[in-house]
Amino acid sequence: MSGGRQPLPAWVDIGLIPIVNVLLAFVVVGLIVLSIGVNPFTAVRIMIGGSVGYPEAIGYTLYYTTNFIFTGLAVAVAFHAGLFNIGGEGQAYIGGLGVGLVLLALDAVLPPLLLVPLAVLAAAAFGAAWAAVPAYLQAWRGSHIVITTIMFNFIAAAVMVYLMVNVLIAPGSMSPESREFAAPGHLPFAHELLAGIGITMGQSPLNLTIVLAAICCALVWLFLWHTPWGYALRTMGHNPNAAIYAGIDIRRMTLLAMGLSGALAGFVGVNEIMGVHHRLLLNFTAGYGFAGIAVALMGRNHPIGIVLASLLFGILQQGGAELAFDIPAITREMVVVIQGLIILFCGALANVTKPALEALFQWLHTRSDNAPAADAAEA
Amino acid sequence: MRTLATRALWALAIVCLAGVARAADIKPAVVFDMGGKFDKSFNEGVANGVERFKAETKLPVAEFEVTNETQFEQAHRRFAQRGQDPILGVGFTQANAIEKIAKEFPKIRFTIIDGVVKLPNVQSVLFKEHEGSFLVGVLAALASKTGKVGFVGGMDIPLIRRFACGYEQGIKYANPNAELLQNMTGTTPAAWNDPARGGELAKGQFERGADVIYAAAGGTGIGVYQAAKDRGKLAIGVDSNQNHLHPGTMLTSMVKRVDMVAYDTFKLAMGGTWEPGVTVLGLKDGGVDWALDQYNAKLVTPEMKAKVEQAKADIISGKIKVHDYMSSNSCTY
Repeated sequence: MSGGRQPLPAWVDIGLIPIVNVLLAFVVVGLIVLSIGVNPFTAVRIMIGGSVGYPEAIGYTLYYTTNFIFTGLAVAVAFHAGLFNIGGEGQAYIGGLGVGLVLLALDAVLPPLLLVPLAVLAAAAFGAAWAAVPAYLQAWRGSHIVITTIMFNFIAAAVMVYLMVNVLIAPGSMSPESREFAAPGHLPFAHELLAGIGITMGQSPLNLTIVLAAICCALVWLFLWHTPWGYALRTMGHNPNAAIYAGIDIRRMTLLAMGLSGALAGFVGVNEIMGVHHRLLLNFTAGYGFAGIAVALMGRNHPIGIVLASLLFGILQQGGAELAFDIPAITREMVVVIQGLIILFCGALANVTKPALEALFQWLHTRSDNAPAADAAEA
Repeated sequence: MRTLATRALWALAIVCLAGVARAADIKPAVVFDMGGKFDKSFNEGVANGVERFKAETKLPVAEFEVTNETQFEQAHRRFAQRGQDPILGVGFTQANAIEKIAKEFPKIRFTIIDGVVKLPNVQSVLFKEHEGSFLVGVLAALASKTGKVGFVGGMDIPLIRRFACGYEQGIKYANPNAELLQNMTGTTPAAWNDPARGGELAKGQFERGADVIYAAAGGTGIGVYQAAKDRGKLAIGVDSNQNHLHPGTMLTSMVKRVDMVAYDTFKLAMGGTWEPGVTVLGLKDGGVDWALDQYNAKLVTPEMKAKVEQAKADIISGKIKVHDYMSSNSCTY
């Protein structure tokens, strides 16, 4: 009856394996932490407690999560179309520029209810436009999108440095930053919103943008799996030749996929510029665009997976900072090692434990199958 | 007589107690810049000053290195919440965070290096990098045989343009016909720690005829100095005294005494004489200077030394006015 290999039950595949991987990662991290003379249990307690232990820490974790969701979704949408968008960093940077330009131009004129949506649209439009150029080059000129999107990151950085240093810098400012936006150009922080309904929470950079992130997750899911465009996009990702045969214009599809991808990455600018810093500045993308690749891969390019992976990345980012705060022996570089190991085990080595677990379940299965037979023989 | 002695003893005891209480009161903290504590340059200078303070007073100093801009605010708030005082912020990028947190915690003393925050509990320390750069520019022009000298900056931001502008003025002062080649390393923060690219840029400038290069690019400078050594040309260090890195090819270093600021900030806070306000340290105050030690003594001839010292005296006396790029956002002098 048992015969061939049994597929793993779903709860093992999506529940048990990740948990086993996380535990394995913590064991290895624990050994490394131990080797530099720090109690690993203290380290884990600080890392977890410092990222989800109290409201302010949760605020920071969710603020990082917001950024990772945007860039993770951006990579995933392109990935479903068979395109590898490594330009999230640059698209986020230019998306932030869009937000900043709208707010700098109109923050004294428009009420928040008009200004905020306009700035969000600008982020999407600027991010999409920045991604559309490599998309065009890929679709019509055959330049590989991996190369062009990487290069566009550097162009974006150069454009931003030029604009911030020469054009947008606040007069008399030491550092290359624009003036602060007027109050209508600030998204409300979570602690402000919660104070409005009588809940006190410590200050954190968490702001309304996280709602936008949630909406984006839902829309991406709807778009990819429940619209004809999403169907066409995924068809192209699975097999471009079949897509052409099915009458899908893969050039336009490339533009659409990359445009959406860039727009999603551009929303990082909403979180950072309109949500947190309230002024245009340099380097606010801080590597979120690149981390988005890992987030998408780890989340298996599905919005729910991406949210979970983003949460993990947020916890690592915030918990890592707390570690460096509380234990002087753990430096910034050590934190990166820890984060890297956890990501390695949870993402890249996800399939290492799978065969072992498969064998285990196979064995359990045959045993439970054979058990009644053995009983019968005995009788 | 006895009463006098008793009184003296009492006074001594009170002074001691007060001293102990005050020394125990201070819980200093430092927040490093994105470059990190061990950049062999700007942050490391601060770290050295902190180490000196720690060795002398045996007091612990909390420290934090950020990995992104948002963490500046987080770091200062966390330190302030724990009652760390004074808190030292390294680099102009921390100005906004300090301004915000200093308002939230008006009782805690903050010191910022390279930035200005005008609040009653913040001390801002600025350096006249253009004056120090002027002096090394004079040296570069005098040491150059080709009449071409180079400059490698980190990112193209106003602070680095201030270095370049002072350097250029020093060069023109010593040799009006000298030519200056300028390159910036990059457009992202990676530019502050990219020795490979620094080396490439230096090689490029050497190919184009330069024989002295000044690097104002944090850790990137290491590559510039190495390239100079490999080709037997000269390089000029920055922020910390870097003469010892390659004795014989390091012409000099433009030292910016951030170590002094870090040490003094904590010392003054300990002694209760820390004061808010804006302090600008130039040649006159020993805040910036050129470095002469056993490692570069052979490279600096007596004539060169005399000329640089003359320029230094003239700048201090006000006879030479070194234009500050940031005062007008342009390098016209």
